[in-house]
Amino acid sequence: MRTKIFPISLIIIVSVIFVIFYKGLQNSNIYEPQIGNQKNIPVFIAKAFETEEIFKSEDIFEGDKFYLMNIWSSWCAPCRDEHKFLLNLSNQKNLKIIGLNYKDKKKNATNFLNELNNPYDFIFSDTDGTIAIEWGAYGVPESFLLYKNKIVKKIIGPIDQNSLLEIKELIQ
Amino acid sequence: MASLIGYYSLIIGFSISFLIIFFSIKNLSKSKLDNKIIFSVFFQFFFVSLSFLGLVQSFISSDFSNETVFNHSHTTVPTFYKISGAWGNHEGSLLLWLLVLTLFIFLFLLRSNDQPKKYRILTLLFQQIIIVGFFVFLIKTSSPFNYIFPIPNEGLGLNPILQDPALAIHPPILYLGYVGSSIIFSSALAAVVTNYISSSWAKHIKKWILTSWIFLTLGILLGSIWAYYELGWGGFWFWDPVENVSLMPWLALITLLHCTLVLEKKQILTSWVVILSIATFTLSMCGTFLVRSGILNSVHTFANDPERGLYILIFLFILVFLSIFIFLFFYKSEKTTTNSFFWLSKETSILINNWFMMYFLSVVLIGTTYPIFLEVLSSEKISVGPPFYNKLIIPFLVPFLLAMAIGPKLKWIKSELENKLNLILFLIISLLLSTFIIRNLDINFLINTILVTSAFYLFLITLKDFFSKKFKNLSQNLAHFSFSLLILSILFNNFLSTEIITNLKINETYENDALKINFEGIEQRDEQNFKAIIGKFVIEHNGGQTDIMQPELRIYNQPNIITSEADIKTTLYKDKFMTMNSVQNQEYFNIRYQVKPFMIWIWLSTFLISLSGLIGFFKKRYEN
Repeated sequence: MRTKIFPISLIIIVSVIFVIFYKGLQNSNIYEPQIGNQKNIPVFIAKAFETEEIFKSEDIFEGDKFYLMNIWSSWCAPCRDEHKFLLNLSNQKNLKIIGLNYKDKKKNATNFLNELNNPYDFIFSDTDGTIAIEWGAYGVPESFLLYKNKIVKKIIGPIDQNSLLEIKELIQ
Repeated sequence: MASLIGYYSLIIGFSISFLIIFFSIKNLSKSKLDNKIIFSVFFQFFFVSLSFLGLVQSFISSDFSNETVFNHSHTTVPTFYKISGAWGNHEGSLLLWLLVLTLFIFLFLLRSNDQPKKYRILTLLFQQIIIVGFFVFLIKTSSPFNYIFPIPNEGLGLNPILQDPALAIHPPILYLGYVGSSIIFSSALAAVVTNYISSSWAKHIKKWILTSWIFLTLGILLGSIWAYYELGWGGFWFWDPVENVSLMPWLALITLLHCTLVLEKKQILTSWVVILSIATFTLSMCGTFLVRSGILNSVHTFANDPERGLYILIFLFILVFLSIFIFLFFYKSEKTTTNSFFWLSKETSILINNWFMMYFLSVVLIGTTYPIFLEVLSSEKISVGPPFYNKLIIPFLVPFLLAMAIGPKLKWIKSELENKLNLILFLIISLLLSTFIIRNLDINFLINTILVTSAFYLFLITLKDFFSKKFKNLSQNLAHFSFSLLILSILFNNFLSTEIITNLKINETYENDALKINFEGIEQRDEQNFKAIIGKFVIEHNGGQTDIMQPELRIYNQPNIITSEADIKTTLYKDKFMTMNSVQNQEYFNIRYQVKPFMIWIWLSTFLISLSGLIGFFKKRYEN
């Protein structure tokens, strides 16, 4: 009896390895970073862009509404491209667009908004870029769709036609 | 035309397999080996070579009606790389693999005249199972001769990072090593079936073990050198899955080599030898599966085709089950010799060496496959990196190195340590030497001193033996000596490397306490299939000495890929290594400047290790 235990267990072990490799083959091996979209959004305090008053983020993001937090800058070329989509979205009644003006000069940013119109309901200044880091942004532009203080959707890079439609669908 | 010849030669070669199997089975009961068998094995090799040449010719003539050529070549690629492109892809490399398989079994038959006939036939049969497996794999899932119509005017181009002399010969050399282990596998199975695991078998198979080990060492070395200067990673080993899967058969082979030495002398450790022979080839195949199926991400993942992965997986496990079956049913453990080892003897020290090797092998195996297991079982993704391997392997190097120094001094069966005073004296010298060196460096004192001491110990003992033993056991002594040299170079390379990473615009200067890097400018040059942007950097060291470094960016036209060519200034003491990378939409370049001491010694000592194998190979033949 003892002599049979070894061969049988060997065969079982090898078969288990086979099954695991077989299953492993079907998994995609493309690495996707896990975006912590279940966490509450980071809380921060920042100056308002126009009035330079200090605001807490809790005062702006209320619970029951959809917000689009958009990180932008006047020096960022793709921000220009996505601007028309933001303007389009600003017509949505149940969505408020909050800008985060990233590492920008106030004069340039104001010119930018004057030239292309202002889609934002409210703008924070992030002169040293720390708030964007808190949010885990990769760069400008980047947008976060928020609901009940949670990130519903993260768009890395400029908003395009597809992400526009997706946002519209999500906020319905 | 060449593709057509290649395709039909492949089919003919495949059919010859059945002829060989038929002849061999018919020949099993006869007393003499049928000449028909040797002829058919030769013709199989001949047709596979023809098929391979057909593929090479299609590459040389840029015949884009061949899908493989279309995918991996281009008219502007230099001819040398057109040829090497033939094996720089999944399909072609498998054909090369098959070529080496058929070549080796042919050589095996020619060179094993003095061996029992039944054993030779069975080896051939097991080898044919492997060969048939590869034929089916090649023809069914990855034929290099697929035809495309309409014929494209231009190919997609060869991946620029493969357009490199070291990499052009890396696959053939490495395959000689990998595939050599298939002969060891088949012959071990045959020897188990015919109950021929004996010292004469050990003597005969040792040459094959040495051959594949030498080529595997050289192949790994070439790959490592390539990664150093071409990928711009600036190191020699990264514990990347693909490096690990080549290291595992290497470790198994070197353990096997030591075991066959014992088997040859003493008729013990037979189960070690059999299991290791099976394990070596299984690990090579397992490596092929891991990197070719796309189950792991790696530079060698040519195509993520699940069908291929599934095929290799099934084939691999057929071989594994076959060998388990043969081992369990036919293997008779040694009866005559008792398994008692005297604690102080050569075989004990080799056994210790085996356990250390098995430990290193398990660490690498677990580190490489554990992420797959974890993901399947808990869908959690982890990556295992250098810290894991360093923490688990480095401390165990200390006793390993000491055993390597003392082991060869022992005699077979039972021995006394001679020259105890000498051994202790050398230990004290190395301890003093390393204490002195490590104290002057800003690193953890205790662990590093112990490490360096053990490495120096092996170094000094083997160095002394060159003089005291002259040419007796030269290959063993040289191998152990080079290994200590390798470990020492790696250690000091780690301790003393410095790195500067910065962003510079043209005409800007980076400055720190020790040196000044001045970015003088860039110039452009047009080559056959790429445009080179060459940066000019003047590095002024505080001592007044200056270096000019000219790292390169190459913009290849087909496919459109930018590669960065490091500029490396190599001296005996250190390498100065600089790479430059463009940053998208920015006018500055990302500059990495590294000083890496003793880099050349790492390559040189690895080369010496394989050279010692070569010496061993020829010495034994001379003695016979």
